[in-house]
Amino acid sequence: MGKWNIMKAAVAGLAFYGAMAGASYAADTVGLITKTETNPFFVKMREGAQAKAKELGVTLIAAAGKFDGDNDGQVAAIENLISAGAKGFAIVPSDSKAIVPTIKKARDAGLKVIVLDTPLDPMDAADATFATDNRKAGMLIGQWAAKTLGDKAADAKIVFLDLATNQPTVDFLRDQGFMQGFGIDVKDPNKYGDEDDKRICDHEISQGDQEKGRTAMENALQKCPDVNVVYTINEPAAAGAWEALKAVGKDDGSVMIVSIDGGCPGVKNVQAGVIGATSQQYPLKMAAMALEAIVSGKIPDIDPKMGFLDTGAQLITAKPAEGVTSISVEEGLKLCWG
Amino acid sequence: MSDDTAGSVTAERGLKGATEALASFDESDAGAIRRLQAFLHQFPTSIPFFVLLLGVVIFSIAAPDKFFAPFNFSLVLQQVTIIAVLGVAQTLIILTAGIDLSVGAIMILCSVVMGRTAVVYGVPVLIAFPLGLLCGLACGVVNGLIVTMLRLPPFIVTLGTWSIFGALNVWYSQSETIRQQDMEAAAPFLQWTGTIFKPYDFFSKTLGLDWTFLKGWVLTYGSLVMLILAFVIWYVLNRTALGRHIYATGDDPDAARLAGINTKRTLIAVYGLAGFICAIAAWVLIGRIGGVSPQAGQTANLDSITAVVIGGTSLFGGRGSIVGTLIGALIVGVFRNGLALSGLELLWQDFAVGVLIIVAVTIDQWIRRISA
Repeated sequence: MGKWNIMKAAVAGLAFYGAMAGASYAADTVGLITKTETNPFFVKMREGAQAKAKELGVTLIAAAGKFDGDNDGQVAAIENLISAGAKGFAIVPSDSKAIVPTIKKARDAGLKVIVLDTPLDPMDAADATFATDNRKAGMLIGQWAAKTLGDKAADAKIVFLDLATNQPTVDFLRDQGFMQGFGIDVKDPNKYGDEDDKRICDHEISQGDQEKGRTAMENALQKCPDVNVVYTINEPAAAGAWEALKAVGKDDGSVMIVSIDGGCPGVKNVQAGVIGATSQQYPLKMAAMALEAIVSGKIPDIDPKMGFLDTGAQLITAKPAEGVTSISVEEGLKLCWG
Repeated sequence: MSDDTAGSVTAERGLKGATEALASFDESDAGAIRRLQAFLHQFPTSIPFFVLLLGVVIFSIAAPDKFFAPFNFSLVLQQVTIIAVLGVAQTLIILTAGIDLSVGAIMILCSVVMGRTAVVYGVPVLIAFPLGLLCGLACGVVNGLIVTMLRLPPFIVTLGTWSIFGALNVWYSQSETIRQQDMEAAAPFLQWTGTIFKPYDFFSKTLGLDWTFLKGWVLTYGSLVMLILAFVIWYVLNRTALGRHIYATGDDPDAARLAGINTKRTLIAVYGLAGFICAIAAWVLIGRIGGVSPQAGQTANLDSITAVVIGGTSLFGGRGSIVGTLIGALIVGVFRNGLALSGLELLWQDFAVGVLIIVAVTIDQWIRRISA
């Protein structure tokens, strides 16, 4: 990855220039662009950025697309930041390919760009990427589920409540990570649905929505009445699945639900025994680190093999499994968001 | 062109009870189609009903053991309840030749008002629940006032208020989810619509009836609320002056006004009533997901329009029915559930719903020509 080193050198150069330039302004402006304004994950991210901006004495301009996938809205937000003379911005791209030319334009204009949560394609189109290792987050819950089931893991019946039919990056990374952790042969590791493991009973689409999650689980139950493991893309989908299971009396502990996100309602659901385990990610930390890097101009060291800085994911469960590192619900509640 | 005139002549003759000898040979085919057109004009609900029946037959063959079962039909009913309630609201608006893009946003806002006021702010549910209903009524009246007083097209007005109600939702909810357990502890009444109701058990326990055909059906109180609401609105539309005013206003507002109908007041009443029904949808939504999710229901407004259109209500106003909308919602539910159980991907569900919409509107346009 020689290219990466060259880029790092370039970034360092830019950073030096930025630090010099920054010194001459009273208050710098930095931006944060999220996919939407309403998702609690992004709401928390904005709160984290706001707090950090205050601490660093810079002005934060927050913007967002109108809906998940709104590339035009994000393009307009970047153009506004360029014309506002911002020092740089952090962005959660809605469309990881289509936004690349606009990001190049911003970087050519001297702005520092840090991508959060969803890596660009190609990843090195930004100065740096801070994100959750979603495959690892998936593996954690997969390992926990397999260990907790023990011998019963060999004849588990698993339902997957995924995100969307077009399998966005986060969707297949979490799904395939779970399978790898559980010990399922994933075939193509960047695509789900091509596996032939008999333990996979059904894939349904939840769109990460509580109501659609319930509908998806109801349909899955029709196909797999003897399901005993449910993987969910996020905690709202898990809460919806629980309602569907409860309606048919399967809330007696016979079905294990695992999820990913670590939002406060989700962690409380772990505490209540609704969700067996969830992998927690850290949006506040992502945003705060990004702002620090933009303002100081110092990009932290990034493992060239990964290509992005992993802001970490921790497994939260009330029933730790041997050999799988986890934190308690109490710790999880302290770190939760949303 | 010549076919058209020939056809309408035949139709007129048919109405006058002309003898069969007058029908010429080459018109007999067109005559059959005209008769079908006239029949559909009189019974517009027959097409969606036929499509629903067709869907049930197709999926009973495609997914034999899973689809055709009382329990699965109950599931479909539960899955379409929210959209059906919103569809009832949407039908009222579309009957006046309007459209309401804000129904989904009103529903979410009201669910947040009900849930958050009761659970987070600890206000008794006796106050929080009516407050939520009032919120729906107010949102609807705002829509109605802007449409009538500023004389703006409903599409534009509700496009704007969709955004406004959405912003109010984010502001009041702070994007925070209310969990099922917290709701159960603080305001179980709001979850009442999600309570399971088994008709067989009910009739055997209360009346000692052994109605075996009811075995396996699992309804929720939400579904019952939907059916009662639909009946009430059906009654209003067909048996009250307001109902006739709504149809008249939608069919021809100028003629309605000349006939002495206060069309402005009718429109405000319609939008207000629709908003109130959206608040009832909010109650049903809370029952279904157990709590409040400010993120839920993003596509509900378009889904409700889909149900109304597939149910045979004309987007040009003045013609359509509540029964059609219920069937329209069921068609979408049956196709989505049936395609999922047959193992097809979601994209084909979307594809099928799209085809249904276009077919429904095409048929509506075709039926309209008879009255022209």
